[in-house]
Amino acid sequence: MRNTFAPAFIAAALFAATPVLAEEYVIDTSGAHASINFQIKHLGYSWLTGRFNTFSGEFSYDEKAPEAAKVSVTIDTTSLDSNHAERDKHVRSADFLDVAKYPEAKFVSTAYKPHGDGTATLEGEFTLHGVTKPMTIAVSEIGAGADPWGGYRRGFTGTTSFALADYGIDYNLGPASREVQLTLNVEGVRK
Amino acid sequence: MKLRNTPSDYGLVARAFHWVTALAVFGLFGLGLWMTSLTYYDSWYRLGPWWHKGIGITLFVLIVARLVWRRFSPPPAPIESHKPYERIAAHLVHGLLYLLLFAVMLSGYLISTADGRPIPYFDLFEIAALPWAIKDQEDIAGTILLWLASSLVGVAILHALAAIKHHFVDRDRTLSRMLGRSQNH
Repeated sequence: MRNTFAPAFIAAALFAATPVLAEEYVIDTSGAHASINFQIKHLGYSWLTGRFNTFSGEFSYDEKAPEAAKVSVTIDTTSLDSNHAERDKHVRSADFLDVAKYPEAKFVSTAYKPHGDGTATLEGEFTLHGVTKPMTIAVSEIGAGADPWGGYRRGFTGTTSFALADYGIDYNLGPASREVQLTLNVEGVRK
Repeated sequence: MKLRNTPSDYGLVARAFHWVTALAVFGLFGLGLWMTSLTYYDSWYRLGPWWHKGIGITLFVLIVARLVWRRFSPPPAPIESHKPYERIAAHLVHGLLYLLLFAVMLSGYLISTADGRPIPYFDLFEIAALPWAIKDQEDIAGTILLWLASSLVGVAILHALAAIKHHFVDRDRTLSRMLGRSQNH
């Protein structure tokens, strides 16, 4: 009896000692309920879309204190996929992402500012092509709740844009194609 | 002028195959390096690869035809004055050149078909992709292509330098034979 009682007591004591425990979520990349999509104008005449197939991340979110939310995402830049092998090869080359040298991109949040209407502003540091710069992401809180398999899920969509040149990518795609838009669909499974 | 090879000389067909291959190999190597350095707004940004693929596929057909012709009309005997090690070295280099040619063309094919898209042969028809591809195939095949093509050009230069050495130093018919000069020249 004593053997099982002691660990349980310690666990209970630890819980009691941390009254506000933010809920930790793992981004569901294994079930692919998350995606990192980009779009950039082609010549100024249309949108070219693509995505990063491999990434991982976590976030914490407490409904009672959403302003304390944190998120970090690591992207495998070699997993770029725009549904065209020759273009992907070019974008991965030293002309653009130089993935041999910079195989990872990263976003780490520094602040989360809820607007109280289901939207929020997420601030953080984005590292791409070896350059780290502040980035602001407009967030929509999509939903949260129990899933049918005994888990608990929470999801967001974020959008942002940045100039390629800000990250040292200066290949000339034309005046209409200097900015990339990012759309992040994130679903986390509570740990 | 004979079309077929004789025991001592190359015929017109073998010589044509040889020089067209040489021209295509060096031309495709230069075109490949140049076209991948072009900027997006260059008028050759799309045209360069279009020619590179078309000429490459033509070269593949040419090399297959060349090997068939080689069966049908075997090359002339080695020149008498060539030492045994020179004959072996020449054989090895010729074999290596054929091997590299096929490997280079295969790796080029694997870049453009990595996403399952066919390769257009000029605007005439398309070469289908394989039904499977490996991860990052276009990048891996691209790196391999550059290395193999550089090796091919390196070995071809070695092959040419050997022929020039035979012509000017050994003063034998190695190069003259491939230029189609007859024995009594």
